[in-house]
Amino acid sequence: MSTLAHVFEAAGLSTIVLASMKEVVEKMVPPRALYCEFPLGRPLGRPADAAFQRDVLERGLALLDATGPVLETHPEVIEADETPLSCAIPPRFDASLAPAVDEANGIRAAYDRALAARGVTAVGRAIDADTIPAALDVLNQWAEGASWKEVALPGKNTVAVGHDIRSYYTEAALELADGPPPQGRAAEAWFWEETEAGKTMMAARKALEAQEAPFPFWFYMAPGHR
Amino acid sequence: MSANSGDAAMRAFGANQDAPVFDDPAFTPLDKPLSEARVAIVTSAALHRPDQERYSQGDTGFRAFDAADRNLIMGHWSPNFDHSGFQADLNVVYPIDRLVELAADGVIGSVAPHHFAFAGNQPDSVSEVRLDTGPTCAQQLVADEVDVVVLTPV
Repeated sequence: MSTLAHVFEAAGLSTIVLASMKEVVEKMVPPRALYCEFPLGRPLGRPADAAFQRDVLERGLALLDATGPVLETHPEVIEADETPLSCAIPPRFDASLAPAVDEANGIRAAYDRALAARGVTAVGRAIDADTIPAALDVLNQWAEGASWKEVALPGKNTVAVGHDIRSYYTEAALELADGPPPQGRAAEAWFWEETEAGKTMMAARKALEAQEAPFPFWFYMAPGHR
Repeated sequence: MSANSGDAAMRAFGANQDAPVFDDPAFTPLDKPLSEARVAIVTSAALHRPDQERYSQGDTGFRAFDAADRNLIMGHWSPNFDHSGFQADLNVVYPIDRLVELAADGVIGSVAPHHFAFAGNQPDSVSEVRLDTGPTCAQQLVADEVDVVVLTPV
């Protein structure tokens, strides 16, 4: 973002960076930056809080009064919360299926409601919603010892398929959970710690590492700290 | 695992990265009152409309959308940040509705007709953004008579 700020200023535009990484913005010295210690992925701080978002924007726009490079810090710190989102998971329905496959089928209705409400979905980078259960079935086979070279994953790209599975679940979770939008990373924690799909993906990731699959194939399937 | 370890890990990672150096950087003062200025948003959240080309891994390009577009998808490849905030309210990443309100209240002059997204995970040199796609995006902003750009990172 700071790179673009420098490029845009050189073209005659006045820029304001809402910075999310303090050391980076200190090194890059964009002309005007408001450092906001908010959950990564939420540069305006709070979803569904128009007053807070407006406050962030107005503090940023106020930096236009400065006559030289300026870095200020938003007074509020918002931390992510990796306490799993409280979200019911459907009970087992078809015991003949792997748990993650059965679970993915079970939340399809919630995913469809979320899609109808938002009009768009992040699912579809490598596979569509119809293919999520089949992809989880292959990941489960890898986790149970099948070779990733012999049992092909629908959509092929493990990172893209992982993105689609995680998006399918979190979009459904926002539909299933009550109350205001979850804290930063709460939906992520729910996915990795409480769903069969998350556990299966993590087990498949470990299996790929053990099978000496290339590092980028498995590492970027999950957040680095997990 | 601490309650905030994912963000802490990413911030520690960012703190240790080399940053590109800009010799003699430009500083463009706003030459009119904010209440007469046209404002655009440029984000690194890799946003795109469903009809636009998806972002590849290491995509150095950008996508433009209209101020009225709300059917946006976050096409970012990194698994290392929260996606649920954007799913709940796109304004937490792309505060277009707040910009419309600021224009209606006379705080800013107008909302730009087009807004832009890049992918946040770029090659380390960021040379394509510096020399090619960034200047091209700047030309489009200037053509739209934009005065101020708010940059939102993901």
